[in-house]
Amino acid sequence: MNKPFAITLDPASSRLNHTGAWRVRRPIYVDRLSPCDHACPAGERPQAWLAHAEEGDYRAAWDELVRHNPIPAVMGRACYHPCETACNRGKLDAAVSIHAVERFLGDLAIREHWRLPNAGPETGKRVLVIGGGPSGLSAAYHLALAGHAVTLREAAPALGGMMRYGIPRYRLPRDVLDAEIARVVEMGVRVETGARVSDAARAKAEGGFDACFAAIGAHLANRVEIPAADATRILEATSLLHDVEDGRAAARIGRRVAVYGGGNTAIDAARTVKRLGAEEAWIVYRRTRAHMPAHDFEVREAMAEGVEMRWLSTVQRVEPGHIVVERMEIDTDGKARPTGKLETLDADTVVLAVGQNVDISAVQVPGVHIVDGVVAVNAQMMTGHSGLFAGGDMVPCERTIAVAVGHGEKAARNIDAWMRSTTCESAAEPEVAGFESLNPWYYGDADPAVQPTLDAVRRRTTFDEVHGGLDEEHALLEARRCLSCGHCFECDNCYGMCPDNAIVKLGPGRGFRIDLDYCKGCGICSSECPCGAIAMVDEDA
Amino acid sequence: MSAEQQVKFYQTGTFTVGNRLLDPSKRTVQASIDRRNALTSGHRACQGCGEALGARYVLDAAMRATGGRLVAVNATGCLEVFSTPYPESAWQVAWLHSLFGNAAAVASGVAAALRVKGSDVRVIAQGGDGGTMDIGFGCLSGMFERNDDVLYVCYDNEAYMNTGVQRSSATPAAARTSTTPALGDEPGNSFGTGKNLPALAMAHGIPYVATASVADLHDLEGKVERAMAIHGARYLHVHVPCPLGWGSDPARTIQIARLAVESGLFPLFEASCGEVVRATPIRRRAKVDEYLRLQTRFAHLFDGTPRSAEALARIQALADRNVSRFGLAPRETEHHSP
Repeated sequence: MNKPFAITLDPASSRLNHTGAWRVRRPIYVDRLSPCDHACPAGERPQAWLAHAEEGDYRAAWDELVRHNPIPAVMGRACYHPCETACNRGKLDAAVSIHAVERFLGDLAIREHWRLPNAGPETGKRVLVIGGGPSGLSAAYHLALAGHAVTLREAAPALGGMMRYGIPRYRLPRDVLDAEIARVVEMGVRVETGARVSDAARAKAEGGFDACFAAIGAHLANRVEIPAADATRILEATSLLHDVEDGRAAARIGRRVAVYGGGNTAIDAARTVKRLGAEEAWIVYRRTRAHMPAHDFEVREAMAEGVEMRWLSTVQRVEPGHIVVERMEIDTDGKARPTGKLETLDADTVVLAVGQNVDISAVQVPGVHIVDGVVAVNAQMMTGHSGLFAGGDMVPCERTIAVAVGHGEKAARNIDAWMRSTTCESAAEPEVAGFESLNPWYYGDADPAVQPTLDAVRRRTTFDEVHGGLDEEHALLEARRCLSCGHCFECDNCYGMCPDNAIVKLGPGRGFRIDLDYCKGCGICSSECPCGAIAMVDEDA
Repeated sequence: MSAEQQVKFYQTGTFTVGNRLLDPSKRTVQASIDRRNALTSGHRACQGCGEALGARYVLDAAMRATGGRLVAVNATGCLEVFSTPYPESAWQVAWLHSLFGNAAAVASGVAAALRVKGSDVRVIAQGGDGGTMDIGFGCLSGMFERNDDVLYVCYDNEAYMNTGVQRSSATPAAARTSTTPALGDEPGNSFGTGKNLPALAMAHGIPYVATASVADLHDLEGKVERAMAIHGARYLHVHVPCPLGWGSDPARTIQIARLAVESGLFPLFEASCGEVVRATPIRRRAKVDEYLRLQTRFAHLFDGTPRSAEALARIQALADRNVSRFGLAPRETEHHSP
């Protein structure tokens, strides 16, 4: 009534006008699965712990890391990091050196004496774990977390399995291994070393265990028949590496050693004999470098240490003072075929590294099926024998530490569920945040941090660790190279770039909310989200 | 290198609006949870409007720079029409609208009145490219030559969008508008027409002239802050894509603005008293095709004819000339150690 001349309406805010009514698509915040998370056989969530590390909160990062993997300092050294192969950053400049940050966190935890979480409240259930390798240790850890009493039985004098008796010290120093094993044992795991189990079912029954997890690995070397005048000059790589750990190998090898095989064990054996003083070390492999199962970087490192490669060759026979090798060729089908051309190689010792088998004697119990020399398990990691679970190298899988650790956790969860007569439901995984879901423009350019490498002379003569770790400065930078694929990292792009102020910022760590009263559905937030954490979905008709 | 560009590491550095790893003083106004939102929700701009974004960016930054002691004078145009259909307004800042062509003159008057009253309130005038470069140019030139204490901001969407996408003197060569159809021997807007307003502003010798883009927020906010630290006539020319008039996907507004900068077609620079004093180097050089292809107003350039190829080459030459003239070539390396 008291309005100025020509003014008939009360002034009001445009907020009365709910422009959200225009919308035909709406943005939603999603958590897609980072490719590294998807790729990690150990079930780690690298993106999650890198997010803590990039803020400098290393303790939170380590805590997140050990939710799945109790041995990060080992893993950061010995894992072949499929996470980095999957890393989207590889399409920008170079993959985030996830293993180097993992190792930094693992080493920091050892230095700072960080402890694993306490064992869970006692459930009264008892579980026997057979085998103290990565799978058995992982299972023991996760079972202890769940509150079960764990007995860990190991045939060898010390825990570690292939981490101790297979991976040479120059890749995995034993003080690191010992420290991470001790931390699992500290949780209250009962350890029995030098205790070979000959019958898993009987051991479970006699010990009054509610369940048993067998993870005895694959330690039996494959044999190939090679005519030899002196059989003592033919060794097996696995026993060679085992003996080195026990300090017994130096006398047995000659001065010129041929390693027969093309896998990582062959590389380990060749690099080891070099360090033990062999003047010459050859790797004899029947196909070409491209076919070698061994990882390329290990082949390169071996060659840098003076290991020589004989591609397209097989060991035909061993004669006093030398061996006879036959040249191979690759036929049109890509198969290696003998040519009949013979050469001699001035080797006095042959080390066989042509694969390993499982000693199945301990699990030849009613109900257990052996297929192709390994133990068949169902989706819950249980064998055909009720209550007997198995994992690691003895079941069909890629034989790596990461797979073994993943099996340990998976088996532990299923054992826990089985003992409670339930099943362990694994939630459906969200879609993977592929490179096409990112807007990579926003990421700063940064070359990967490079781990220091021991000089070649010392690598030929000592078992000192070849690769050094990153210092804090570089580990932090490396963590900050993470693109956070599929997970909002609060860059504020959506909040800042909405022309309608329809995104509400909730504060640090709490993310954002979309105000659908005003969101017109333009999609700028989704397009400009660096990490693919906003999807556009059609409004329901 | 300007202060807002120094931090490029820390995952996304200063490329994103915010960054939780950055020192708060290096974050943008727009990243702040309590930013002013000078242009608030409920306005009637189209989906993905670059001008709505640009106006909020500029005024929020100016509100911070002046502690909220600010008056905005608006020319007629999209920005006025979509923000203030009587009796509602989206402005959360003292705001005044008069006519299409007189925003600079009104702002001069407001500034004079405030001076007489001894007030420390600062004045911004704003308009689109039509109201600024065509209709209001006489008033603007007067404001410049009198060195009135006003920051004039032009949100350049390269045509009269509100009235139906008619050509303005800011419409780029070859662009199709409703008055420059893609027909005949030289389809779209003619080459060799239009005017360069930042250069004309510089010719007045005023203390501050700058260009900015909605795709580079840190750069834009820095320029507003520096402009507000100076008294006298100042001019800021902000490039704002228009999904409606340009025929582009509303979701790509920022991307298109970024490509305009990275192709060299829209150079980012600052000038003081008639001299260019600083240019923002391009981060990753783009070809003009990448920019033009996303807009249907240039669709006729991609018909594969020799005539179109020649037109594209001419546009590329314009971009290349900007790059060499302002020294915009990407820096050799921007890799960082911690």
